[in-house]
Amino acid sequence: MAIFLTKDSKVIVQGMTGSEGMKHTRRMLASGTQIVGGVNPRKAGTTVDVDGTNVPVFGSVAEAMKETGADVTVIFVPPKFTKDAVVEAIDAEIGLAVVITEGVPVHDSAAFWAYAGSKGNKTRIIGPNCPGLISPGQSNAGIIPADITTTGPIGLVSKSGTLTYQLMYELRDLGFSSAVGIGGDPVIGTTHIDALAAFEADPETKIIVMIGEIGGDAEERAAAYIAEHVTKPVVGYVAGFTAPEGKTMGHAGAIVSGSSGTAQAKKEALEAAGVKVGKTPSETARLARELFNAAK
Amino acid sequence: MDLFEYQARDLFAKHGVPVLDGDVIETAADAAAIAERFGGRAVVKAQVKVGGRGKAGGVKLAADPADAVAKAEAILGMDIKGHTVHKVMLAQTADIKDEYYVSFLLDRTNRTFLAMASVEGGVEIEVVAEENPDALAKIPVDANEGCTPEKAAEIVAAAKFPAEVADQVAEVLQKLWKVFIAEDALLVEVNPLIKSGEGKIIALDGKVSLDENAEFRQPEHEALEDKAAANPLEAAAKAKGLNYVKLDGEVGIIGNGAGLVMSTLDVVAYAGENHGGVKPANFLDIGGGASAEVMANGLEIILGDTDVKSVFVNVFGGITACDAVANGIVQALALLEEKGEAVTKPLVVRLDGNNAELGRQILTDANHPLVQQVDTMDGAADRAAELANAK
Repeated sequence: MAIFLTKDSKVIVQGMTGSEGMKHTRRMLASGTQIVGGVNPRKAGTTVDVDGTNVPVFGSVAEAMKETGADVTVIFVPPKFTKDAVVEAIDAEIGLAVVITEGVPVHDSAAFWAYAGSKGNKTRIIGPNCPGLISPGQSNAGIIPADITTTGPIGLVSKSGTLTYQLMYELRDLGFSSAVGIGGDPVIGTTHIDALAAFEADPETKIIVMIGEIGGDAEERAAAYIAEHVTKPVVGYVAGFTAPEGKTMGHAGAIVSGSSGTAQAKKEALEAAGVKVGKTPSETARLARELFNAAK
Repeated sequence: MDLFEYQARDLFAKHGVPVLDGDVIETAADAAAIAERFGGRAVVKAQVKVGGRGKAGGVKLAADPADAVAKAEAILGMDIKGHTVHKVMLAQTADIKDEYYVSFLLDRTNRTFLAMASVEGGVEIEVVAEENPDALAKIPVDANEGCTPEKAAEIVAAAKFPAEVADQVAEVLQKLWKVFIAEDALLVEVNPLIKSGEGKIIALDGKVSLDENAEFRQPEHEALEDKAAANPLEAAAKAKGLNYVKLDGEVGIIGNGAGLVMSTLDVVAYAGENHGGVKPANFLDIGGGASAEVMANGLEIILGDTDVKSVFVNVFGGITACDAVANGIVQALALLEEKGEAVTKPLVVRLDGNNAELGRQILTDANHPLVQQVDTMDGAADRAAELANAK
């Protein structure tokens, strides 16, 4: 099993014909993802040859879903078109929209999030500004490298792309059920809590690794959720202890404002919920390995 | 990006929020003509992006144009909590009967926008929130519906504004919402929003923070950047399109991905505890591509930082291939040496992930005297800290 994305997922790509979209469509196909189409109103009706696979291009998400049964869309369109692309996905009621695009204005993210809510949240949104998610050996929706590791008992949820890759690499011998990059923006769709709930319910996931970073209070709320609802062992990591107040550290959401959003507060909240928190990514991997061995 | 008060005032005025006449100056002598325009009296206010300037002596009332010059003279150049005053704003004086508070901001926790309002303005709103939370109304505002007349009335009622100002405040709220939306703001705050002697509602002081992700559709925002105050290394990095933040340590950091770089800073700081307390000197995320040119630009900035004693290049090859990164480092060093820059600081490189062996081999073969490789992130951080401490 896996969460949110399985071998049966039928994936379309909004912005497939752009350079990033094409590069990653190629990579997703190569890792076994069922890519069933692309969306571009100006190229509707054409097909694109992606390394020998003919991928049809549709005029809209709704049309692509009707023709192919697609249930996942991966969005690579530039920031100024992202809101419209997500709104289109929500209107089509596709099950999962993975928004890779970095640099989306927060007013746009807040608007599509509110819109999704007004439509009954039929579309799960992951991102924006995220690497997407992978269920190794099954499907890959986004830009996470597929060859780091194979399927296994660890579920991972992270605000950071490269830290996701680092942890997948350090624990590559154990393998992962799913790894979900939720993104580092101030407003995101799927949260740590959503992924924790899904991993808790997924029988193949035996242990959960949760990576957070400075800014907001998502980790604190996740800690409260873990204390209340998660029975599986959780290992945590928080980046940004040395980040100065008031400076944005790469991710738009990674900012300590006054005394709120500090790494120390997040670590303490997680530890109070019984989560083992690693001091470095490598120590986090070591803790996860120990917990997994102990649970065997 | 946080704005100065005078910039916030300009944006308020642009969208119809009632403000008093005001002007910003950098030279005290210019204060006279402005005070003259106001009829003699003026409030002279330090322009700094930090709270508590009034208590620090950064706001003074001037009785006449000569006094305005004297007050401006006194305030310009002041240090307020580490911020040097380069500009003062002269504003018309106001007859304040009541002080209120209104703002719109992003509520990250609930992923929505939030209106906050209180009839207890004029003090720090954090203090009101702490000591008298019932006096601070918090009303969610749907991003797509906005601050409609009904929503404005709801906010006014929740904050218990007196009946005689309710309509005016509701009007101001709708205009302020226009500022929030039209300018892609993360925060628009008026504190105090005053009732004048004639019963008029006026925004006397304000704070605005803008979303830098929206710059592509806000061409006027670039001019609002405080380029003078920016750290010169940060300004140089920005000009090269690098995601760089200057910190106060000795170990220069280059990495790929915001999370990994933040993590690298922490790991270096821990390692520094065993090496004389050295700390990271900067945040620099070279992103996914990590071409030789980007690497050269990054190295140039970091080697140009006189605080830097050693450099830690920490790359996990996800999409980026480590052989490309290694070639980038070799070419970057060659480029810098060609440009006549003295590359004298040791570089500790850790490459892992995609094509790591190839990348390591390239660096081994290049055999640059200043480049050392360590296989693990923790080990490499320790080595970089040790080298910084030895210098």
